[in-house]
Amino acid sequence: MKKRSLTGARLTDVLFKYIALSFTILALAVLVILLVDIFSKGLGRIHWDFFRNLPSRHAERSGIMTALAGMLSLLFFTILFALPVGIMAGVYLQEYGKRNRFAKFIEINIANLAGVPSVIYGILGLTFFVRILKLGNSLIAGAFTLSLLILPIIIVATREAIRAVPDSLREASYGMGATKWQTTSKIVFPSALGGILTGIILAISRAIGETAPLLVIGALVYVPFIPEGPGDQFTTLPIQIFNWTSRPQAAFIVNAAAGIIVLLLITFLLNSIAIYIRNKWYKKIKY
Amino acid sequence: MRRKEKWIELVMMACSLVTVFTTIGIILILAIETIKFFSEVSIGEFLTDTQWTPLFSDKHFGILPLLCGTLLTTTIAILLAVPLGLVIAVYLNEYASPRFTALVKPVLEVLAAIPTVVYGFFALQFVTPLLQKIIPDLNGFNALSPGLVMGIMIIPYITSLSEDALRAVPRSLREASYGMGATRFQTAFRVMVPAASSGIIISVILAISRALGETMIVAIAAGQEPKLTFNPKESVETITTYIVQVSMGDIPQDSLEYKTIFAAGLTLFVFTFILNNISFFIRQRFQNKYE
Repeated sequence: MKKRSLTGARLTDVLFKYIALSFTILALAVLVILLVDIFSKGLGRIHWDFFRNLPSRHAERSGIMTALAGMLSLLFFTILFALPVGIMAGVYLQEYGKRNRFAKFIEINIANLAGVPSVIYGILGLTFFVRILKLGNSLIAGAFTLSLLILPIIIVATREAIRAVPDSLREASYGMGATKWQTTSKIVFPSALGGILTGIILAISRAIGETAPLLVIGALVYVPFIPEGPGDQFTTLPIQIFNWTSRPQAAFIVNAAAGIIVLLLITFLLNSIAIYIRNKWYKKIKY
Repeated sequence: MRRKEKWIELVMMACSLVTVFTTIGIILILAIETIKFFSEVSIGEFLTDTQWTPLFSDKHFGILPLLCGTLLTTTIAILLAVPLGLVIAVYLNEYASPRFTALVKPVLEVLAAIPTVVYGFFALQFVTPLLQKIIPDLNGFNALSPGLVMGIMIIPYITSLSEDALRAVPRSLREASYGMGATRFQTAFRVMVPAASSGIIISVILAISRALGETMIVAIAAGQEPKLTFNPKESVETITTYIVQVSMGDIPQDSLEYKTIFAAGLTLFVFTFILNNISFFIRQRFQNKYE
């Protein structure tokens, strides 16, 4: 049998294989370079004081305590609003929503909201929460704005998780004489919880990294105190990083890199938890 | 019992209406302030003037420079992300072993999970200095570096959605192609990609929409000079950067400068709104072909 030579179609095939492999490696390499660059720049600044200190004009004495505290308080209120509303809306649209024009309209609407740039949510928050409701550039105004931003993510995740629950479970429940709400709350919702939880964690991870809408609603770049209530002004870690990045002095760049290390660790941790829950849940429940 | 159920249903319906009010709120707010803006600045000037200087004493209100900066950075990002993202998707689907794909896909998705402020830092502090070694006359703030970094960021959007679309193509099509003696390359680009084209187009549209609305990367690394240029070496300002720049400054409410962010915001919103609806339409119309 004649050995097939590398010509024509076969050659294209092999060439493409290596080009494509190198593209894949290139994309992964950028990720590695980014991490190496940031860790090499910022790791030296990471010590106990960096977490404990207030922001300061002196880079070496600056810390992220107020930024971290602001971020956690902001997340607390964001979750408080977005979670119940998002889950209930998702359950309603999937379990109760009838296949009519209204349902279709809401579906288009949510798909659209998911694609609205975050800076536009900032404009909405600035006009509605900060000015019309007179909440000022407070923690609560920031939390409302972020809630609206992550609502579509939570709703879509809830709907997908509920869609994956097989009808046989619902029919069995109805067959036992359960009402619609009993079926939804005791059968459908618990079976979909893993998927919903995954979506929620990813939404939180998204909220943590948001910077632009908070800048637009007037979150401060310099806050030398920890917010004590929902009406206080605040800053967050990404805003602190943005502030340090835009300074000319090299020492602040080191601070920015150190802040990024903390932000990335939080983001990666949340994403790992989400992946873990997803895998575990899929293994546990097999229909 | 029945009564309680009715109440629960009403509360849940109210929750889903929040999303409707959000959309109405966004459109109303942008429209009302933009109408006020156009009572002071003519639409003709807004659309044709080649300068955007609302914050200077010699005021011009032409959106073109901001639009130009936005389109320039988006174009650079798309030129990088579409070929790379699509080729990687084809490779993972057609060439790579399932184990390699299962390993690489989640790692690639990490790229989409990194906060954008981190990419901004990376663009300004690493990519720009690196590019300046190759292109000596590259400005410290430029469109090229944030454009490329934005491209890296949206690769996973394209790869993930395109790979899903390729995976949804029935095995029979692929097997028929191999049965005819086609190579993997021929199968991928003459059978699989055309069959998955609607999903791939959606992924590209979503990526464009994402790049248009991206804020922090360009705000940090592209500069704040509205310029009508298609030269990627120069500093430009995007619509999103301008909105952040104005809201961070101390501009009195109801001043004309304040209203400019709504006119700029509406321009951005119209672009992303049209793109999102096109992708939704394609999904409704074509996506279920093989299901």
